[in-house]
Amino acid sequence: MTETTAIAPRLTAQPSYPEDGSDAAAPRALKYVIERADRTFRGVARGGGLIVLTIMVLVGLYLTINAVQAVSAVGIVEFVTETAWSPETNRFGVAALLTGTVLIALVAIVISLPLALGMSLFITEITAGGFQRFMRSVIDLMAAVPSVVFGLWGLAFLQPAIVPFSRWLSTWFGWIPIFAVDGVDPTNPLPNTSLFTSSTFIAGLVVAMMVIPIMSSLMIESFSRAPIGEREGAYALGATRWGMIRSVVLPFGKGGVIGGTMLGLGRALGETIAIYLIISPIFDINPHILQRGANSIAAHIALRYGEANSFSMSALMAAGLALFVLTMVINFTASTVIARSRSGAESEG
Amino acid sequence: MITLPFSRRQQPGRYARATDNESAAPTVQTDIILPDIDSPSGLSANGGFDVRRELFGETSAGELVADSITAWFGTHKVLDRVSLTMETGKVTALIGPSGCGKSTFLRILNRMHEMVPSASLSGEVRLDGSDLYERSQRLTWARRQVGMIFQKPNPFPAMSIYENTIAALNLTGVRANREQKDQLVEDSLRKASLWDEVKDRLEQPGGGLSGGQQQRLCIARALAVAPRVLLMDEPCSALDPTSTRRVEETIAQLRGQMTIVIVTHNMQQAARVSDECAFFLAAQNTPGVIVEHGDTGAMFNNPQDERTFDYVNGRFG
Ligand SMILES: Nc1ncnc2c1ncn2[C@@H]1O[C@H](COP(=O)(O)OP(=O)(O)O)[C@@H](O)[C@H]1O
Ligand SMILES: [Mg+2]
Repeated sequence: MTETTAIAPRLTAQPSYPEDGSDAAAPRALKYVIERADRTFRGVARGGGLIVLTIMVLVGLYLTINAVQAVSAVGIVEFVTETAWSPETNRFGVAALLTGTVLIALVAIVISLPLALGMSLFITEITAGGFQRFMRSVIDLMAAVPSVVFGLWGLAFLQPAIVPFSRWLSTWFGWIPIFAVDGVDPTNPLPNTSLFTSSTFIAGLVVAMMVIPIMSSLMIESFSRAPIGEREGAYALGATRWGMIRSVVLPFGKGGVIGGTMLGLGRALGETIAIYLIISPIFDINPHILQRGANSIAAHIALRYGEANSFSMSALMAAGLALFVLTMVINFTASTVIARSRSGAESEG
Repeated sequence: MITLPFSRRQQPGRYARATDNESAAPTVQTDIILPDIDSPSGLSANGGFDVRRELFGETSAGELVADSITAWFGTHKVLDRVSLTMETGKVTALIGPSGCGKSTFLRILNRMHEMVPSASLSGEVRLDGSDLYERSQRLTWARRQVGMIFQKPNPFPAMSIYENTIAALNLTGVRANREQKDQLVEDSLRKASLWDEVKDRLEQPGGGLSGGQQQRLCIARALAVAPRVLLMDEPCSALDPTSTRRVEETIAQLRGQMTIVIVTHNMQQAARVSDECAFFLAAQNTPGVIVEHGDTGAMFNNPQDERTFDYVNGRFG
C-alpha cells in the first residue's frame, strides 16, 4: 500500500530556471512514497498529539459547562470583580483569589529566578567532575520532593525563622506599599509576630523553594550545552569567566532560562497543598505581602470542596476555570515572547 | 577589570616601530593571483594603532619563546621537551602529521591547554622575556597578548557583526566610547579583509555569514584587542579555496605587525605564508617532538632530516 503526499504548497520561493522554448515553467508538484516506518511514526505522533489536545479541550469544556450555573447566577462582571466567597448568599467572585494567586506566584518567581540562575551557573560553570554529577542528581531529587513536605517544612521551620526578617523588611521598607503592614508598631519592643505569619510572602517563599529545582534543572540542561568552541573563543580573547558566561553561556541558554521560568510560574500558579498549609485565607485584595492573610484559587478549592453542595461546587468549578484561563494566557504570552526573542542556541553552525 | 596604561601613549618609540613594520613589505612567495581586496595602505598610518594603544597599551609584535615544553593529558605524554623560538613579526608554520601534538603545543602558547581538566605541562613560554606561566601572571592578560584563531570558526552567534568584532572589550571589561568602538570595528574588519563585504550590514548576526567570512570575523575579533602574537590552528581547513586565499592574504598583511604561528596541513600554504617552519613528529606511541625547524625555504628545498623530506614531499602523514 502506498500513499502519496504533495509538499508543493509549502514551497514559498520557486527557482526560476529558464527552460528551452518555454518561459512559463509551472512548478512541479513534488510527490513521494512514504516509507512504512515514517508512516507508523507519523501515525503514533499524530495520535499522541491529538489525544493530549482532546483532553485539554475536554477539561476546559467540562469546567466551562459546570461553571455556567454559578456564573450565570451572579453575572460574569460580578464574578470577576467580587472579592467575597459566599455562594450561600449569592455573593462570590474570584477577584481576591486571582490576585492572591498571582501575588504568591510573583513572589515565588522573584525569589526563585535569581537563586535558580545562580545555582545553575554554579553547577555548570564552577563545579566539575564527580561533584557536578552529584549536584545535578541532588537537584533532580529535590524536584521530586512532594509539595506537602515543603509545606510542612515551611510551616514548622521556615515561618518562625523568617518572621523576624519580614518584620525587619516592613520596618525599613514599609514606605513601599507592598511591604507595609497595617497595625504594626515598629517602636514596640514586643511586636505582635502573628501579624507577619501566614502571609503571601511566606507562601511565596515556600513555593520558591519548590520551584527552584525545576527551574534549575532546565537551566542546567541548556547552559551545559553551550558549545565549547564559543566558550574557548571567548577565553582566547582574554575573557574572565564571568565575561565568558555573559557573552556565551547566557545568550545560548536564554531559551532554557525563559522555559524554566515559565515552568516554575505554572507550578507556582497551580500549587495547592503547600499554600493551603501556610496561608490563612482572606477574601480581600491584600497587596501587603508581608501581612497575615493571603489566598489562592487552588488552595481555596482544596479547602472548600468538602462542604460544597451542587451550586457551590459549580462556583468552585468557575474558580478553577479562571485559573485555567489565567495559566493559558500566561503560557501563550510566554511562548510568543520566546518565539520573538532570538536565542543563541538556534544559529549554531 | 584591567587598568589601562594610558601613559604608554606618551612613549615616542611606538610610532616609529609601527611605521617600520608597515613599510616592511611582505615578501611572501605567493604563486597565485590574489583578488582585489581592501588595501592595507588605505588605512591611515596610525588608524588602528592609536585607538588600540589608547585602549590596550602595548601593541607591538613580541617574540615568543617556548622553552622545553612537555605536555600530558592525564598520564599520556603528548609532547616531550619541545623548544621553539617564534621570532618577532615573523610567520612560523607548524607542520606534521595528525596527532603529533601541534594543537596541544599551540594551545600551550596562550594558556588554553589548561582548560582541559586532565591536562598538565612543564616548561616555560616567554613573551619578550616574561614567562606567561609565572605565578603572578594573569591568565586573561596572557590570552589577550597571545590571540588565537580556531579550526572551526566560532563567532558569537547571538551577537551582530559589530558586536562580535569588539566582543573582547566587553569580555575584558575595557571601556570605550562610541567613536573608539567604530574606529576599532572598521580597522579590525579592514585588517581581516572583511570590511567591504560587511560594512553595510554590521548589525546583522555574525552567525549568518559564510564559513570563510565567519573565520575572517574571528580574525577581526582577535585583532581588535591588539594581540602581540596570533596563533592559528588550521584556520583554513574548513574553508573553500577562495576564502583560504583571502585568509592567507590577511596573514600576509599582518606579518610584521604581530608574530604569527600557524598550524597547517597544507604544504603549499605553509610555503606561501610562512617565514619559519617547524616539523613536528610523534613516532608510534612516543610523545611529539620537533624533528627540524628553520627557514621555510630551506625546510622545503633542502631539508636536513630524511623524515622532513618525506613529509614535505607528501610521502607520509
Ligand atoms: N582533550 C584531550 N584529551 C586527551 N587527549 C588529547 C586531547 N586532545 C588531544 N589529545 C591527544 O594528544 C595528542 C596530540 O593531539 P593534538 O595536539 O590535537 O595533535 P595535532 O593537532 O598535531 O593533530 C593526540 O594523541 C591526542 O589523542
Ligand atoms: Mg590539531
